[in-house]
Amino acid sequence: MNGHAAVTDDVLDLYRELILDHARSPRHFGRLANATHTAQGINPLCGDKLCVYLSIDNTEHIDAISFEGSGCAISVASASLLTDTVIGLSVDKAETVFSAVTKRLAKGSADEANDLDIDLERPFAKLRALDGVREFPSRVKCATLAWHALHSALHQDTQPATTE
Amino acid sequence: MTQAQRQPSVAAADWRKDFPILNQSVNGQPLVYLDSAASAQQPASVIDTVARYQREDHANVHRGVHTLSHRATDAYEGARDKIREFINAANRSEIVLTSGTTESINLVAQSFCRPRIGSGDKILITHLEHHANIVPWQLVCEQTGAELIVAPIDDHGQLELEALRSMMTNDVFLLAIGHVSNALGTVNPVKEIIAHAKKCGIPVLVDGAQGVPHMPVDVQDLDCDFYAFSGHKMFGPTGTGVLYGRETLLDAMPPYQGGGDMILEVSFEATIYNELPYKFEAGTPNISGVIGLGAAIDYLQSAGMRRITAYESDLHEYMLLQLRRVDDIRLIGTAANKASVQSFLLGDIHSHDLGTILDHQGVAIRTGHHCAMPLMTRFGISGTARASLAFYNNTDDVDRLVAALEKARQVFK
Repeated sequence: MNGHAAVTDDVLDLYRELILDHARSPRHFGRLANATHTAQGINPLCGDKLCVYLSIDNTEHIDAISFEGSGCAISVASASLLTDTVIGLSVDKAETVFSAVTKRLAKGSADEANDLDIDLERPFAKLRALDGVREFPSRVKCATLAWHALHSALHQDTQPATTE
Repeated sequence: MTQAQRQPSVAAADWRKDFPILNQSVNGQPLVYLDSAASAQQPASVIDTVARYQREDHANVHRGVHTLSHRATDAYEGARDKIREFINAANRSEIVLTSGTTESINLVAQSFCRPRIGSGDKILITHLEHHANIVPWQLVCEQTGAELIVAPIDDHGQLELEALRSMMTNDVFLLAIGHVSNALGTVNPVKEIIAHAKKCGIPVLVDGAQGVPHMPVDVQDLDCDFYAFSGHKMFGPTGTGVLYGRETLLDAMPPYQGGGDMILEVSFEATIYNELPYKFEAGTPNISGVIGLGAAIDYLQSAGMRRITAYESDLHEYMLLQLRRVDDIRLIGTAANKASVQSFLLGDIHSHDLGTILDHQGVAIRTGHHCAMPLMTRFGISGTARASLAFYNNTDDVDRLVAALEKARQVFK
């Protein structure tokens, strides 16, 4: 049998350096003491749980953010990238990014997704590191878990967000 | 160690070629299927039997006077006879056909327990159980006020038998216990446990979903009251399952569901239920699936369950030997008596990441909590990677697994 098979490019694209870096050293990790909004995200497929904490100031901007929980490299890296991205944004802008990211990742092929690149303009270009997940339909939910939690937190939903 | 010692004693090649699905490439690599504990593959004889039935014999069962209905009924009831013989039940009326282990267990919870238990009664399970042998009991406890109690396990994933025995008190109405742990592969000494439960006057349900595929099962020798299992774990179609129940107990139980086929006579004033086992089989059953399950049993009988057990045991030894050589591996479930199932963690790689990387090398394993979240919590983990072997696997499959794990280590180095 072939024991020397190379790991495919798809896999290396999925686990690119930026993703592994955020998975190993997640940014804004931990509980936020003065959170005004929080929400939990649960992926029922694997039982992974993340909690997103937001502090929203009186100008409707996210002035602080954190997350905690455990998950696979994809879900933790995505959560970490999320916190880096939406901190300082207005609630409305954060919603727009949520919507762009979830749409972008839900696309089955890179070709289709190119149309959506305009939705991830320059400040958010880093989020393209998550694009590798599009080749792995079973893993898209890992990448969107924290984003769904963010969406719930922005709406102060009382039910945990799920990827279903 | 010599090559001869490392190789399982029985050649698997004869069996492997009977499973057409295994002969394919996945992500550019020959498929290595190590997820039989989730769902086992079907031999060509099962696939062909189901297809032939659909093409030539299909009609509803137990109803028509026409030829096809007779053929369908004969094949369906013939499968019930095969199941009875396979697990050595005393009587075919004790073989209730269900949609799977889950339905079998729910049937016992609702028809055997619910009418008879209340506050002060206990249902005893163990920490090893699959959600299908936890949640039905939680439901019936909520409905009746009874209490669910859980026998502990040790760090190897073995039942603490002394503790289990001490929990078999007068107020325990039923013991529900897995034959083999789906997540860890632990084989429980169910015969000894049942013997003790009998002394305490406690009926026992065995969740045999992972037992039947790996070893000969004789329900009379075990002396269990109920034995539940699924067709798709034993190389048959999905949506089929069995509840073996002791006739005297089944007789005294009310029907689980109402509908066609489970009645003798219906009027709006009263309905007379059908005899066993039909009392528990409302509605048109999974006819083709059950006939396929019969074909799976034919296959297992001709392969020989004792030969299968011996082969899998050797292959499991080989897998353990190879896995232990992988750096940073942590084996979860190290019981002395195991079926050919091994859970593990590799370094700090999350099991889903591992599953994806292995899949891209053509190696299919299960990852996550294995529908046994309390068990994962017991080990302080959220999930594991699990390789489960069947008799159609071989040492090449194990070697491919180990090579794929090395690649995963490189991706995450």
